[in-house]
Amino acid sequence: MQHALEGSQALARTVALCRPQVIAAYPITPQTHIVENLSKLVADGVLDCELVSVESEFSAASVVLGAVAAGSRSYTASSSQGILLMAEVLFNIAGLRIPLVLTCANRAVSGPLSIWNDQQDSMAVRDAGWIQLYCANNQEAVDTTIQAFRIAEQCELPVMVCVDGFTLTHTLEVIDLPEQEQVDNMLPPFDFERRLDPQNPISIGTLVSPDFFTEARYSHHTALMEALDVIEQAAQSWQAISGRTQYPLLRSSGPEDARIAILTLGSVSGTLEAALEEYPDEPATRLIALRSFRPFPIEALQQACQGLTDLIVLERALSPGSGGIVGSEVRAAFSGVVDAPRIHNFSVGLGGRDIPLDIFPRLHAALRNGDGLPFAVIDLEPDRLPVSA
Amino acid sequence: MIEIRIHGRGGQGNVVAAYLLATAAFGAGRHVQAFPNFGAERRGAPVTAFVRIADRPIRRRCQVLHPAWLIVQDDKLLHLPDITTGLLQGGAILVNSTRDGAGLGAQLGCTVVALPATRLALDILGRPVPNTALLSAFLALTGLLPQSALIQALSERFHGDVLERNRRLIIEAAARVEAGAWQETSHAARA
Repeated sequence: MQHALEGSQALARTVALCRPQVIAAYPITPQTHIVENLSKLVADGVLDCELVSVESEFSAASVVLGAVAAGSRSYTASSSQGILLMAEVLFNIAGLRIPLVLTCANRAVSGPLSIWNDQQDSMAVRDAGWIQLYCANNQEAVDTTIQAFRIAEQCELPVMVCVDGFTLTHTLEVIDLPEQEQVDNMLPPFDFERRLDPQNPISIGTLVSPDFFTEARYSHHTALMEALDVIEQAAQSWQAISGRTQYPLLRSSGPEDARIAILTLGSVSGTLEAALEEYPDEPATRLIALRSFRPFPIEALQQACQGLTDLIVLERALSPGSGGIVGSEVRAAFSGVVDAPRIHNFSVGLGGRDIPLDIFPRLHAALRNGDGLPFAVIDLEPDRLPVSA
Repeated sequence: MIEIRIHGRGGQGNVVAAYLLATAAFGAGRHVQAFPNFGAERRGAPVTAFVRIADRPIRRRCQVLHPAWLIVQDDKLLHLPDITTGLLQGGAILVNSTRDGAGLGAQLGCTVVALPATRLALDILGRPVPNTALLSAFLALTGLLPQSALIQALSERFHGDVLERNRRLIIEAAARVEAGAWQETSHAARA
C-alpha cells in the first residue's frame, strides 16, 4: 500500500516486517530516526523483538554479532562516526560469516565536523568483507532491506544497505510498503546452522594460524563473488512477489545509443534523470546506478558500458592522496579491455553540498574540457579554498 | 511541478509543516516530496524545508532553488539577505506576522500576505505553533488543495480535542485570507 512517509520511518516499518528478533543500536547522534521508530514499534507491542539500547556503536555491533551467532535474526543501523566506531567489529562480523543486516545512513566523516550526507563512511569500510548495496530512492531502500535479509542468510554474509543520509532518510515521499504476507513469503524464519547452542557446542572466532588464515580469507572472497548470483536471485524473487521491477547489480537507463554514460551510487541518480529531461540539448547520456558495490559486478558493468566512448564516474567520497575510490575500481575493471571507454572521475556533494540539476551540463562541459582524467572535484569552489592552498 | 520553500526557526514545526503539506497533497492524489535543509540543529536557528508537488513521480533530489511560493513562520526572517533568492517571477510570500502584508511587500518588492498565525494558534490551540494556520491560509490563497486534505493529514497525527482545535484553527485561518487570490500566480509560478 502506498504511503507518504519519511525514509527513516519507512525503513523502520520495513525492518519490522522482516521480523527481527534482536535490534541493538546506539540511539544518539549520528543515529537516524530508524531505530527511534523501531523502538516505538517495540514499545507499542507491534514488533516482538529484543531491543538493546547500548552505550556505543562498538557495543551495538557486538550485541548483534552475538545475537546472530546465537541464531537470532538481527538488525542495526548507524552512520558516519558510528560506522567507524563499529569498524573493528564489522570486520569480525564479516570474517565470522555472520548474516546480519545493517542500514548505513550515509554521512560524511569528521573532521572537519560534518553531519551531512556523503558516502565516505561506507567507503571507509569497503574492505570489511560486507556486501554493500546502494539505494537510489526510498522505495529501493525498502525493497533492498527485505532482499538484504534473504541475501545475508543465504550467503552467510552481512549486508550493509547504504541509504543517503538526509537526502533519503529525512525525505518524505510516496513509498509502497509491502504487506506482512509478502515479506513472510520472501523471508522464511531464520535458521542458522552454525548457531551457538549449548546442546551442540562449537567455537567461533578462534585463533587461526598462518596454516589456514589465507584460506579463510580466500573463501570469504569467493563467498562474496558468489553472492552476485544470490543478489540477482533475491531481486527476481522480490520482483515476483512485489510486482515492482528490481535492479540487482546495477540499473542502466537512458538512450541505448548514447556514447557517454554517468555512473553513480545512491540518490544522485534521480537528480540526473530529471536533468536528462531538463537539458535535452546536451549529448545523449546513459545513466548507470551501481547498486552492488561489494561484490563489485565487473561483468555487468562491462556489459552496461558497451559502445561508450566516455564514462563519467561521479562519487560522493574522496580518498585523499589518490582521488576517487569508485573511479579507481571502475578503471581497474576495464584494465586490458579492448575499446574500453575513457574514464573520467569526479567527486561531488561532499559533506552535504547540494547537487543541483545543472551538475549535468557542468559534467558535459568538463568532459569537453578533458577534465576528470584521472580525477577532479566537480563542484569545488576555488575561492573558498584556504589561502595557503 | 510546484515547488515551495518554508522558512522558520528550529522548534517552530518547520519540517512538520513541510511533511504535513506533502502528506495532504498525497492524500489528494498527487506525487510529493518534502525534506528539510538542516543547519545547526538547535532551537531558534533559521531552518529551511522544501516541498514539491507534481502530477508524476518526482526524481530530482536537489534543494528547491526556484520556489513558486515562500511560507515564512517568523517575520524577522524576512530581513535575512537571501530570503527571496530564487523566488519565481509572479511568486509570493505568506508570512506569520501581525504587520501589514502590503507594507512588507513594498519593502521586499513582491506580493506578501501576512497572517497572525502565532496569535491564532495561541487563541485556539493554546500553543504558539504557527504552522497549521499558515498551511490552511496557503491552501486557501492558492486553491492548491481542499482544506479537507489538510485536516485528513492532521488526523494522522492528532486525535480528539487537539484535532478538533486544529480543525477550528484551519477554518479561522482560511477565512482571514482572500480565497483564490494566488490562483493566477500559481499558473505564472508553474510556467
